[in-house]
Amino acid sequence: MIAVADKLCQYFQFPFVRHAMAVGVLIALSSSFLGVTLVLKRFSFIGDGLSHVAFGAMSIATALSLSSQFMLVLPATVICAVLLLRTGQNTRIQGDAAIAMISVGALAIGYMLMSLFSKSSNLAGDVCSALFGSVTILTLTQAEVWLCAVLSTLSISVFLLFYHKIFAVAFDEDFSTATGVDAKKYNLLLAIIISVVVVLAMNLVGALLISALVIFPALSAMSLFKSFKSVTICSVLVSVVCAALGILVSIITNTPVGSTIAAMDIAGYAVFSVAGAIVKR
Amino acid sequence: MAQLACQDLYIGYEGKTVISGLSFSVEAGSYLCIIGDNGSGKSTLMKTLLGLKTPLSGQVLSGEGLKPNEIGYLPQQTLVQKDFPASVREVVRSGCLNKSGLNPFYTKAQKQAADENMERLGISALAKRCYRELSGGQQQRVLLARALCATGQILLLDEPAAGLDPMMSDEMYELIAELNGSGTTIIMVSHDISASLKYASHILHLGNQKALFCGTKDGYLSSEAGRDYTKKAGYMR
Repeated sequence: MIAVADKLCQYFQFPFVRHAMAVGVLIALSSSFLGVTLVLKRFSFIGDGLSHVAFGAMSIATALSLSSQFMLVLPATVICAVLLLRTGQNTRIQGDAAIAMISVGALAIGYMLMSLFSKSSNLAGDVCSALFGSVTILTLTQAEVWLCAVLSTLSISVFLLFYHKIFAVAFDEDFSTATGVDAKKYNLLLAIIISVVVVLAMNLVGALLISALVIFPALSAMSLFKSFKSVTICSVLVSVVCAALGILVSIITNTPVGSTIAAMDIAGYAVFSVAGAIVKR
Repeated sequence: MAQLACQDLYIGYEGKTVISGLSFSVEAGSYLCIIGDNGSGKSTLMKTLLGLKTPLSGQVLSGEGLKPNEIGYLPQQTLVQKDFPASVREVVRSGCLNKSGLNPFYTKAQKQAADENMERLGISALAKRCYRELSGGQQQRVLLARALCATGQILLLDEPAAGLDPMMSDEMYELIAELNGSGTTIIMVSHDISASLKYASHILHLGNQKALFCGTKDGYLSSEAGRDYTKKAGYMR
């Protein structure tokens, strides 16, 4: 036990480890705020779809050898999020099919481009780190850390500012529109925040595991709590605790950060659903 | 001028007209029931009145100081709401949002209005309960309280008794009649012909892409459309 604490202390003397911790917690925070709304709106898979889009955009940026991938990845993801949320209503392709289409398409094209244009000798390693996050969180630059901090703070404050309206629109879109709350505007806002969070989370857990960050804390909280407020607060706590634990465990055991956090989230969900079943009795 | 009026309204989907040339008006304080067979365009008309759908041509006008966002609406339950974690208070308060503007918090007045409406519908004791765990009748009361938070002037109800057992639906209709008695205009879409004829002051009967009848209830019962329909529905006076 003392040896583990010693090892952690040693690690936390490095600034990049402290950065990783800070960024990880911030991303977990912003993704969990959205999770509840997304799960309830039947958009659990949008995180997955968008992360594949972000992966596709990243590989295009790599192919073009852009210095700042962020500038291409973020706008591309926002545009796709807006398109996806719009298909929710009366269009020929239903929401889930549209998400599947965009997500698979972006993944395929992204991988193709990467194998065509990548100058790196370790293609499999690159793809793996984009999809599963791997060690990228420990190699963040100072600027990236700040960007992460600013964007996640921004998306959290937008969510808090429009909390009641986001709740109302998620609960009953027709009623909101009919009584003069512009549901379309809030759906658009939601789409933009989601894409920002997805692009941020890619740094931490990688494209494939973003859904874990979005869905598990929300589902954990929903199995125990019954009002929107308590569910939101609980999912935020679960997400932050799981992310922090995940990062610590991954440092100690040398496992990949992303999948360790996802494993923590799954464990958290298991605990909460057992607790929920006991309470229900 | 009437509180709500339709002028030469054409509504439909993707070029297919469902109702053509519909004109009618609703006076403040009246109780209008929209009846007709499945597919006659009742729900589409409702959505057009609420501004959720734009008509193919013609327009919906509101008057007597009624602003477009002052229509209360009791929708049918959606799938999403069946497992939505929300307390009764949260749901009722969300009806007040149309008066919020950019203010991120509820004002004292809004909170009070929500409490009053819960009191009025006899659901104050349920305020902290979870919406999805309530009975069908209680859920409808919650949604009705929410609609009243949006406005006390005019309520549009879409099958308010759908999925309720006979006793609860009677209770629901009595409650709506009470609200109408205290001055709220009611527009209701319903399959339930006997309840419609019991409580409504006016009837709009849709069929064959047009209004078969529009006028007072007594006029309807002695009209040809009314006699045919009530006979078919097995309604006894």
